[in-house]
Amino acid sequence: MNEKHYDVVVIGGGPAGLAAALSASEQGAARVLVIERDRELGGILQQCIHNGFGLHRFDTELTGPGYAERYIKMVKATPSIDVLLDTMVVDLMPDKTVLAINSVEGLQKITCPAIVLAMGCRERTRGAIRIPGTRPAGVLTAGAAQRMVNMEGYIPGKKVVILGSGDIGLIMARRMTLEGAKVLAVFEIMPHSSGLTRNVVQCLEDFNIPLHLSHTVTAIHGRERITGLTYAAVDENLRPLPGTEKYLACDCLLLSVGLIPENELSREIGLNMDALTGGPVVNQERETSLPGFFAAGNVVHVHDLVDFVSEEGDIAGRFAAHLAQGQTNVGAQEFSVTPGHGVRTVVPQKIKIDVKDPGTAKLYLRVAEPQRKITLSVSSGGMTLLEKRFPVAKPGEMIVLELDASQLEKVVGDVIVEIKR
Amino acid sequence: MPMRKKADVVIIGGGIVGTAVARELARFKLDITLVEQHPDLSMGTTKANSAILHAGFDAAVGTLKAKLNVRGNELYRAWQEELGLDIKLIGSLVVATDEEGLLVLEQLHERGRQNGVPGLVLLSREAVLEREPHLTPATLGALFAPTGGIMDPFGVTLAFAENAVRNGVEVLTECKVEQVEVSDDEVVGVHTSQGFIEARYIINAAGVHADDISRSANDHSFAIHPRKGEYMLLDKSVGNFVRSVIFPTPSKVSKGIVIAPTVHHNTFVGPNALAIDDKEDLSTTAEGLAAIVAGAKSLVPGVPLNAAITQFAGLRAVADGDDFVIRPATGVRGLIHAAGIQSPGLTAAPAIAEMVVDILRSEGLSLHAKIDFCPENPARALFRDQEAPEKQKLIAENPLYGRVICRCEMVTEGDILDAIHRPCGARTLDGVKRRTRAGMGRCQGGFCGPRVTSILSRELKIPIPAVRKDTAGSFLFFDKIRGTHEVKDHE
Amino acid sequence: MEQEKRAVRCIVCPLSCLGEVTIEKGEITIIKNMTCRRGELYAREEVVAPRRMLTTTVRIIGGELPLLPVVSEGVLPKDKVLACARHLADIVVHAPIKEGDVVCRDILGLGVNIVASRSMAGADIE
Repeated sequence: MNEKHYDVVVIGGGPAGLAAALSASEQGAARVLVIERDRELGGILQQCIHNGFGLHRFDTELTGPGYAERYIKMVKATPSIDVLLDTMVVDLMPDKTVLAINSVEGLQKITCPAIVLAMGCRERTRGAIRIPGTRPAGVLTAGAAQRMVNMEGYIPGKKVVILGSGDIGLIMARRMTLEGAKVLAVFEIMPHSSGLTRNVVQCLEDFNIPLHLSHTVTAIHGRERITGLTYAAVDENLRPLPGTEKYLACDCLLLSVGLIPENELSREIGLNMDALTGGPVVNQERETSLPGFFAAGNVVHVHDLVDFVSEEGDIAGRFAAHLAQGQTNVGAQEFSVTPGHGVRTVVPQKIKIDVKDPGTAKLYLRVAEPQRKITLSVSSGGMTLLEKRFPVAKPGEMIVLELDASQLEKVVGDVIVEIKR
Repeated sequence: MPMRKKADVVIIGGGIVGTAVARELARFKLDITLVEQHPDLSMGTTKANSAILHAGFDAAVGTLKAKLNVRGNELYRAWQEELGLDIKLIGSLVVATDEEGLLVLEQLHERGRQNGVPGLVLLSREAVLEREPHLTPATLGALFAPTGGIMDPFGVTLAFAENAVRNGVEVLTECKVEQVEVSDDEVVGVHTSQGFIEARYIINAAGVHADDISRSANDHSFAIHPRKGEYMLLDKSVGNFVRSVIFPTPSKVSKGIVIAPTVHHNTFVGPNALAIDDKEDLSTTAEGLAAIVAGAKSLVPGVPLNAAITQFAGLRAVADGDDFVIRPATGVRGLIHAAGIQSPGLTAAPAIAEMVVDILRSEGLSLHAKIDFCPENPARALFRDQEAPEKQKLIAENPLYGRVICRCEMVTEGDILDAIHRPCGARTLDGVKRRTRAGMGRCQGGFCGPRVTSILSRELKIPIPAVRKDTAGSFLFFDKIRGTHEVKDHE
Repeated sequence: MEQEKRAVRCIVCPLSCLGEVTIEKGEITIIKNMTCRRGELYAREEVVAPRRMLTTTVRIIGGELPLLPVVSEGVLPKDKVLACARHLADIVVHAPIKEGDVVCRDILGLGVNIVASRSMAGADIE
C-alpha cells in the first residue's frame, strides 16, 4: 500500500479545509495535504451559484464558486500544499493514520501529527422526518436538487413545492423559478422562517411565492412520480392539526429540513461530541477531545456565513500547524463553555487559557428563539466578562462575541453564555 | 436481445417465487422464459417485507405454509452454499409479556414440533433477558427457534435469477402479461406488452395480481386480498439493538409487529396489517407508523426511533383460505398457480419451487435433467466486504473500484458497474440500490443519487431524463426548460 | 387623492425593519417605521426602481462541467430578472472560460453584462 507522510492532513477541500490548509502552511507546516472526495476543490460552494459570500472576508459579495476560486487559486499557488481529488477517506485511526482511496493510486495510507476534520454536513432526509405516503420519484433534498440544477444541468420538476424555509429552501425557490419552473408554495413548520430576511424577500416575495408558516407536509402522493401532497397547519408543539389538511398538486417536493454535520469519521475515532451542535467538542484552537485532531466548518456546527467557516478553518489550520511543529501549550487550563438561558449552541465548547498568554477567543453562538432587544452576557464563576446588546437576534443568524486577553484572564471556572434576564 | 416467441414454460412474476421456480426448472432441458412487469425483479411483495427466514412454528399444522416453510428453511442450507446467499441464522424469539402469552408460547412450541421444526425451546424470563437485555421488563418468557433468521430478499431473488439465466432461462423485464390465452381449456400462451409467447405451461407467480392472471384464463377459483404492512428502518449506528428476530405473541391476523436486525446491520420494526382494496397502494400512513412504533416499544421500550432512516410499505398477497395456493388451475390445463404467497413466502420459496416442479411433472411436462446444469453462481463480492489486499487487486484491475460513490455504504463505481452489467443487471436507481446498497445509508442517496444517475445514463446509453427511480414511469429528472417556455399556472 | 400604502421589509441590516411607504400621485410622500437613513433609502429604491443581482447558469461546451455559473455585473431591474434568466437559458459558451469573462453583453439592452462566476478549464485539460 502506498504510504505517505505529511505534517498536516486536511479532510475535506471545501471552504473550511481550504482555509485550514492555507493557514497551516502560513504557520510553517512544511507539507500539507488536502483530501477531497469530489473531482474539484470548493466543496458545497461550487453548487451555491448565488451571491452573498465574502462580504466580511473580502469586503465584496461573491458567488459561491467565486469565493471558492479565490481560495483554490491561493492553494494552487502554495507549493507546500498537495491536493488529492476524487479521493475518499475510508478509515481514520486515533493514531492519526488516514486510509484513503482513489482510482489512481488505490488504497493509500497517510500518517501525520495533525489532522483537520473539515467534512462539512449532509441534509436531513424524508425518512428521518418520517413523512408518510408513497415513495415516488420527484422527492429530494434541496441540496441534491441544487447540484443537479446548477452543476449537472437537469431539473427535478416543473411544479415545485418546498418544505422548509431555511436558506437552502429559499434559494432553491428562486433558482427553480429562474429555471422556468413554477414554485407553488414554501411550507415552514415553525412560526418564523429560519432563513435570512434578505432571502425571504428576494427569493419568495420577489416572485410572489407564498410562504405558509406553521405548516408542514403530512403525506406524499403519486405512484411513480409525485403527483401531489397533503399539507396541514401545525400547533404550538409542531403537530399537524386535524381538519386543516389540504391537497396540493405538484410534480416535485424539495426538502430543506435541516443540515447534519457529517461526523462518521469523528465518531469512528471516539471524539467527544456535542449533542446540540451535532459536531465534536472543540476548544478555541478548534482542537477536539483527541489531541492532534482539529475540526472546522460545518462539521463542527452548521454555519450561515462562509466567512465564519473560513475563520474557523484559519484557526484550526494554525494550531494544527503549531502542533505539527511541536509547539504545544502545556501551561494551559481548560474550562467549559456552556450555553445558558436563551442560547442554544456555543462553539467552542471549551476554552484553554494560559494565564501567561491568554490570547483572544471568539465565541460563535445561536440563540434558541427569535429575540428583540436582548443583552448577551458571558460570565465565569459568577463574574460577568462581557455583555453586548443586540436589537435583534435570530436562531438562523450566528452571533460572534469576542473575548480579549483581559477578559480571558478573568476566567476562573466554567464559562456561561446566556441572554441576560 | 430477441425475445423467445415460444417457450416450454413461461413463469409470470419475477419475485422470489418466480425466480426460485426458474432456478429449479433451469436444471432441465427446457426453454423457459420468466416475465416480469416492472423494470427490475423483486419489485412486488419481495421488495417490502420483514426479510425473515421463518423457523416454521407459526403456520397451522397440515397447511402448505407449514410444510413448505420447514422444507424451504431446510433447502436454504444447501442453496445458500451453492448460490452465495446472504442468510444469517440469528434465531427467532417469540416473547410473552403476560400469562396468556405464555400459553400461546406453549401452543406454538407444540405446533412447531408437529410441523417438524428442529431445536425449539422455551426459555425462562432470565434466559431471555440475558440474551436480549433491551427487551421489556414485562417479559415473562419466550420461545426460541434456532433455525429462524434473516435474509436479504433482493439478493436472494437476484441470485436465483442469475443462476437461472446462467443456465439458459430468459428473463424479460418490463414485460407485462395482459392475458393468458386459452384454447379448448388448455393454455396456449401469454399475451404480453412485448408480444405473444407461445407456451403450454405457465406458472402463475404473479403476487398480488395472481388472481387477475388466473381470471384472464377463466379460472375464478381464488381471489387475492391485499394486506398492507408498514415498516420503519433504523440506522446502522443503532447497532445490534436486538440479537435475534423478536416477535410478540401472534394474533389471528398477523405475526405481530416485529423488531429485528437486517443482514446489513440495520434494525427494522414492523409490520402492521391493514386489509386494502387498491393493489397499487404502497403508502405509509401516520397511523400505521404510530402503530408499529407503539408495537416496537411494547417489546423493546428503548428502541431509538429518532434513528429512523426510512419507512416503506409492502403488500401481502393473501388468498381466500389464508394458505398458499399451489396447484394446477381449475378448469384450465397447463396453468399452475403459485399464488397467495404471503408470510412465510420468502422461507418457503425453494420448497415452493420444488413443489411446482413436481406438479409440472405430474401435469405431463417431460423433465430431462441437464448434464451441464451449474448450481453455483460466480462469487461476487462487493468492494467493501473485501480485505485490503483484495481491494488493491480489484483497483489495479479496474481503477473504478477506487472511486467511492456512496460514502455511507462504501460503494464504489466498480461495484455499480458490476451491478448494471451482470445478468439481470440494474437499470434503475433503486435497482443499483438493491444490488449495492448505494443510497440505503443515512444520507438516503443525497450524495450518491445524482452520481448513480449519471453512471446509469452513461452505462445504459440513455439520457439522464430517461433514468428511472424504480417503476416504469418514475423518471427522476427533466431537461431544463428552453428559454422562452415559462410554466404557467394552468399548464 | 389616490394614496397607496406599501409595506417594505428592509434587508440592509439584521433589524429587518418593516417600513411603510405612502405613494401619492406616483410620488413617495411618506416613509414610516424605518429605523435609519439607509432603510429609508432602501425603501425608496424598492418602491421606485427595485433592482436585483442575477445569478444563474449557462451551458458550456467542452468544459469540465456541463454548466457554467454566471452573475450579473451589477443590479438589474427587479421585474426584468426572470426574463434575463430565461434569455440566458438558451445561451451556450465554449471552454476554456476565465472568471469574469463576459458571457452576455448588455443583456436585453439593460446596460448590464453577465459574466462567468468562475473559471472553467476544458475537459481534456487535467
